[in-house]
Amino acid sequence: MAKIRKATSVGDWLDQRLATETIKKVMATEYWIPKNINFLWAMGMVLAVLFLLLVISGIFLLMYYKPDTALAFDSVNYTIMAEVGYGWLWRHIHAVGSSVAFLIIYIHMFTAIYYGSYKNGREMIWISGMVLFILFSTAAFSGYMLPWGQMSYWAGMVITNLFSAGSLELHGVVEWIRGDYVPGDAFLTRFFMIHVLLIPLVIMGAIGLHFGALRIPHVNNQDGEEIDFDTESAKYLAGDTKGSKVMRFQFDFLSKDIFVLGVFLVFFFYLVFYNFTFALDPVNLDPANGLKTPPHIYPEWYFLWSYEILRPFSKDAGLIAFGFAQVILVFLPFLDRSPNVAPANRRGLFAIWFWVLLIDMITLTIMGKLPPEGIFNVIGAAATWTFLGLWVVLPIITMLEKKK
Amino acid sequence: MNKINKEIQILLVVIFFSLLVYGGVETYAHKVMHKHVDSKNYEYTDLPAITKTGDPVAGAALVTGAAACTGCHGIKSQDMPAPMDAATAVASYGVTPPDLSTAGILYESNFLAALIKDPVATLKLEHKFDDTKMHPMTAFSGAGGDLDQEVADIVAYFKSIAPQEITPKQAYEDACSRCHEMRYMKATQLGDTPTFKFEKDALAYRVKVLEYQDTLKGYMGKLPPDLSTIIVARSNSFLTTFIEDPQSHLKGTSMPRVGLTADATDKVMTHLTHSGDPAKEIRNSLGWKVILFFIIFSVLAYLWKQSVWSKLH
Amino acid sequence: MAVEKERRNFLGFALGGFTAIGSVAALGAMKRTWDPLPSVKAAGFTKVDLSTMEENVLVVEKWRGKPIFILKKTADMKANDRDVLVGESRYLISVGLCTHLGCIPAYIPKDKNFHCACHGGMFNASGEAIKLPPEKPLEIPPFKIDGTTLVLGEEGEQFKKLKAAGEIA
Repeated sequence: MAKIRKATSVGDWLDQRLATETIKKVMATEYWIPKNINFLWAMGMVLAVLFLLLVISGIFLLMYYKPDTALAFDSVNYTIMAEVGYGWLWRHIHAVGSSVAFLIIYIHMFTAIYYGSYKNGREMIWISGMVLFILFSTAAFSGYMLPWGQMSYWAGMVITNLFSAGSLELHGVVEWIRGDYVPGDAFLTRFFMIHVLLIPLVIMGAIGLHFGALRIPHVNNQDGEEIDFDTESAKYLAGDTKGSKVMRFQFDFLSKDIFVLGVFLVFFFYLVFYNFTFALDPVNLDPANGLKTPPHIYPEWYFLWSYEILRPFSKDAGLIAFGFAQVILVFLPFLDRSPNVAPANRRGLFAIWFWVLLIDMITLTIMGKLPPEGIFNVIGAAATWTFLGLWVVLPIITMLEKKK
Repeated sequence: MNKINKEIQILLVVIFFSLLVYGGVETYAHKVMHKHVDSKNYEYTDLPAITKTGDPVAGAALVTGAAACTGCHGIKSQDMPAPMDAATAVASYGVTPPDLSTAGILYESNFLAALIKDPVATLKLEHKFDDTKMHPMTAFSGAGGDLDQEVADIVAYFKSIAPQEITPKQAYEDACSRCHEMRYMKATQLGDTPTFKFEKDALAYRVKVLEYQDTLKGYMGKLPPDLSTIIVARSNSFLTTFIEDPQSHLKGTSMPRVGLTADATDKVMTHLTHSGDPAKEIRNSLGWKVILFFIIFSVLAYLWKQSVWSKLH
Repeated sequence: MAVEKERRNFLGFALGGFTAIGSVAALGAMKRTWDPLPSVKAAGFTKVDLSTMEENVLVVEKWRGKPIFILKKTADMKANDRDVLVGESRYLISVGLCTHLGCIPAYIPKDKNFHCACHGGMFNASGEAIKLPPEKPLEIPPFKIDGTTLVLGEEGEQFKKLKAAGEIA
């Protein structure tokens, strides 16, 4: 039982009961961040705000959405878009938000890869981040089912078919996942449950884990320098704020975060209001029709690179390659055999590996959208083999890397 | 300053690769997947222009007389109701002959003239109708005088009785609603859906609509789609060029070439927007205000950041 | 230093205040999302044809989810200030919910009275409470008389007069 004394202020009253002052120090005012960072370090905050926007817009959509194959399409495209006050705004924010979230996720991931922020004590940040990527992907897929348009139905059909595991022909498994022979009402309502309740709860937990994993090893910096946070923070607290290599999270780092956020939101709301077709694909504005496949089916842009990896191979080999692609990124900290934490441009061959990976994944993304014919097939196959090769090559080139 | 320079460089790299993805996935892929069709500016140049000056009085006599238009078509504005109700008409002809009160303002004159002389070719339905299967509208082969003069007279008549202005809803109703339902505007092929007090009456009406649609489907081959969300389910350029010439996008389709003027097409597109994208206006007017808010927000945030960081540099 | 800190604080407050303005706008949009939909508000009007009404036969219509009593009064029923005049006839037009706790009273044509089964309350043919527990008369909904059509939901002349005389509830 803590010794309670007469409180000097509301803050003191709360601190005696909830240790609010300690929490404030650990999470904000004495959470030390290196000064040697750039705006890419703000992407995490941008993602947190995007998640918040998705939850809030989702809450308002949830008030009017009807999870029933006969009612879903019109509940979205009539009730919400035409009748509900600002319903169209929440829908646009939700659709554009989920698509832009993946752009920021990829920028965030590639930043980590470039600066080596996935090793030397930071492995759990990377792994929990990959878990978040998988969770966000599940949220995006399940959410896309809900408007029950043509793309919802056919994407649902194609992706659940993957679970038949090629030659294993596990059609029973596919039917079990769907709760029906084809995507229908049971399919829709279970993905509704997943999207609205299950995944958001798990994401919130995973975000907690991700932040926790970051707190202890501390944020990385542009040079990969191993900073003595105790010495540097002591300098700061003694008054040498200019000479110290670190700064407070609140309000030093946060003030820059907020500025980056502001600029991002200018760009974001431009998309929400004026340029949103990339996130509101016209194909999904036709009601679902199980008897008519659209001439072009494709996933949302952020899934295209892994969708493309399926294509150059026969059914079984394709599934294996696809499974490999989903999972291999998680193992990055362990496949990189070099102990060096440094920006890629100072890591010899790794610099080339990095840019090849980036350009390769962009190539796979674009090929994934294009119809599988002619030269697109050739480029897609080359990009797929390059992707697989990169992961085989990574342990080798990092083992050869000179120690810093 | 160097540091800001570096941050701008990094930002440019990020923007470059993002635009590369966007360009490839949206712009380029769209070009590959969807063929581009140029609009022909609603001139219907494959159809001959009208060379004679039409006389509306002579036209009126022909319309009710030798040309027998009113045998199938109503002209509401001239107190000439349709000879059959919609359900009977669709059972007899496969499709409801449209009311002609607004034909003079909706359709291009040379289109109307060509249509009267040769419906199948003008509507571009040669692939569906030939000597073995007759189109419900018979071609007008003349009343004994100069065919071109008589046709010009008929067109002049329709232009003389047409209203000066037409609302988007009217344009859609007259040109499209006989085949296309629009549930978001509570309209079916039978017109605006009335409100019913008793469920039994509402269901009975719906049965009437479904029976009409069944007959129409038999005639067309498949039921023309509901147009509630079509304005956002297809691009603008697709829709306008499709209306102008359905065969240019969907070869072999049963949809006839409609023959709308540029203005009438505009009106139809406006009505489609009321149904499928009614928030368009407010979205466009609110958007720049929100963007401006965040620009000011960013400026204030930057100034605050500068003052916070002045002690750190 | 102090000046710098002051400037910093001022800019911080400026940013905070500007953000607060934006938040108010966002909250306004959220409030509008909760508003009843246009289709709900449009359904708030019901039309009833009175030309076929029989005397002393209670007609119950639905308006905004509530039962509405329409009773054509007989010649021997006393005239009342609450009566609605349609041509030569007098009508009771009221919300069919007991003013005690909201049950629907039953009309007994023999007695020309309303009996509420829940707690034994009674109303006369003019909607006035004649036996406890209800004390207040049956509420009069907004209405308009259009020839022989009763439009529930719109405030017509007679309704406005009744309202001014304090008779509607």
